[in-house]
Amino acid sequence: MAMTLKEMTLEVPAALDLYRRMVLIRRFEEKAAEMYGRAKIGGFLHLYIGEEAVAAGAIPLLEDRDYIVTHYRDHGHAIARGLDTNRLMAELFGKATGTSRGKGGSMHIFDVTKGFLGGYAIVGAMMPIAVGLAQASRYLDDGRVCVCIFGDGAVNEGEFHESLNLAALWKLPVVFLLENNGFGMGTRVERAHAGLDMAHLADAFCIPSEQVDGMDLLAVREAAGRAIDHARSGEGPFFLEALTYRFRGHSMADPMQYRDKEEEEHWRRRDPILLFRQRLELEGLTEEAFDEIDRGVDQEVEEAVRYAEESPALPVEGLFEDIYEE
Amino acid sequence: MREMTYRDAIRETLRDALRQDERVFLMGEDIGAYGGAYAVTKGLLDEFGERRVKDTPIAESVLAGAGVGAAAAGLRPVVEMMSINFTLLASDQIINNAAKLLYMSGGQIPVPLIIRMVSGGGSQLAATHSQSLEGWYAQVPGLKVVTPATPYDARGLLKSAFKDNNPVMFIEHSLLYGLTGPVPEEDYTVPIGSADIKREGKDVTIIAYLRMVHVALEAAEALAGDGIDAEVVDLRSLRPLDMDTVVQSVRRTHKAVMVEEGWKTGGFGAEVASGIMSQAFDDLDGPVERVAGKEVPMPYNRELEQAAIPTYLDVVQTVKSLL
Repeated sequence: MAMTLKEMTLEVPAALDLYRRMVLIRRFEEKAAEMYGRAKIGGFLHLYIGEEAVAAGAIPLLEDRDYIVTHYRDHGHAIARGLDTNRLMAELFGKATGTSRGKGGSMHIFDVTKGFLGGYAIVGAMMPIAVGLAQASRYLDDGRVCVCIFGDGAVNEGEFHESLNLAALWKLPVVFLLENNGFGMGTRVERAHAGLDMAHLADAFCIPSEQVDGMDLLAVREAAGRAIDHARSGEGPFFLEALTYRFRGHSMADPMQYRDKEEEEHWRRRDPILLFRQRLELEGLTEEAFDEIDRGVDQEVEEAVRYAEESPALPVEGLFEDIYEE
Repeated sequence: MREMTYRDAIRETLRDALRQDERVFLMGEDIGAYGGAYAVTKGLLDEFGERRVKDTPIAESVLAGAGVGAAAAGLRPVVEMMSINFTLLASDQIINNAAKLLYMSGGQIPVPLIIRMVSGGGSQLAATHSQSLEGWYAQVPGLKVVTPATPYDARGLLKSAFKDNNPVMFIEHSLLYGLTGPVPEEDYTVPIGSADIKREGKDVTIIAYLRMVHVALEAAEALAGDGIDAEVVDLRSLRPLDMDTVVQSVRRTHKAVMVEEGWKTGGFGAEVASGIMSQAFDDLDGPVERVAGKEVPMPYNRELEQAAIPTYLDVVQTVKSLL
């Protein structure tokens, strides 16, 4: 029997806030996909839809001072961290008001005021960065934790092993959060990875690990809480693998010929938003509460699009700014 | 003025930075207990302890990336890569992250990182340990690439690198570590992006950097014996590149020879030659000539290796072909 919210020290308003974050991620991305179709957004657009419980389960547990680095499927993490959706949408639109002034785009979301040190578009590239951020925390003894989010594709990169090793060797405060959505682009994990269950890879470096149902927000929250506490305690890194599934293609260009509808349907029945909603209904929450959230989210997303549309782009002189710091 | 080796000049500057700025720490392969592959960091572990002088595993990508991360968090790490050849394993972190974080974040994240390494050949280390790849890094907007040829410049440029808020590739040459030269006691810097005339002359401009500066100076001495007065311009930095000093010299001498240790095809010298031709074409009395490393993987055999690296005789011959 699952714990009640109370047993998890999660009050109903806080639980609704987490629910809201998941819905906001989903609606924001559905709108982004629509805007992509209308050529308002260019380049690559990797949607997080289906994986929302991982971001909303783990990230709100962090303190303001903590760091997050992640991969190119990064809107969900940014929204879960509380980045401004107006500025996020403006970044996707390539506008000067965007988080990176329109220079980063979907794959490179940054907001240092939120400790959000970036989406990295080279698979595995955020892992050494996380080690460096955590090394700085250790060096300054400032108590910050770094959550390093990566996908199953990164596990086969050399940087994965280099980073786990150094983080463990130096006992750095990193939470390695693996989002295993079953596919590295279009290649199924089983066809790309020869090893054990991925969480067991941490054993090689004496890093404690856990595997969690990434579609279940409360399960993620519980496990991530242990992971973050461990990292903050000074005992070194923790490795958390969340098993999840992306409902959309790898990017907007993906015809998804490598998986069948049945599999997709199986996972869609475990839609993280649906599952959490059912859970909240058990707590006595009614239709009206969810409708109110939906309305608020829709309004926020519409406002983000309006803001992005109306924002100016950087003038071309901006091309040469931000290359070197004075 | 006191005399000091290139090695000691770098060590003294690292020590100054460690003493003066708590944000500075060193990390790299064998920089601590071993004392540095080229003994540059010898003694620093004893003086500053393991918190400030950190030995790392042989894992170049996480080493470079951790430097970027620590710099992003406000520290001023110095990463020692030992050899530019090993940066190939870290090139994603250097080129994609160190160089681009500021830009990709719309100006939010400066990366005040120094990456030290040796470049070049001449020690019979064969094909994988003797390359001159600094020209590759010099292509990348967001990086700075410095190449000191003397103890004075090594200290002055490293001082500047510590004041710079950008990633600096600090390229040393293993055959220069024992070189002695004047180094003032008082504080000074050499600005990054300023070339230096190492020898004045009126007949031809020889442009070089790193160890090739000394080859060029040797050539200039030999040419002087034949009544040819060569000017030697030391680029000192490849990015930013001080073309003004080069062009002004060429306007006086009307002839230019670019000398570099790396391969010729797509080499850094082509950039300098192109710059001279576009900015001083009417001042030239002849083509800009280039002397470069032979286009071969570096052989182990001593004589073969020497045949692959430019010598002063190559430079003398090329200069004479212009006159």
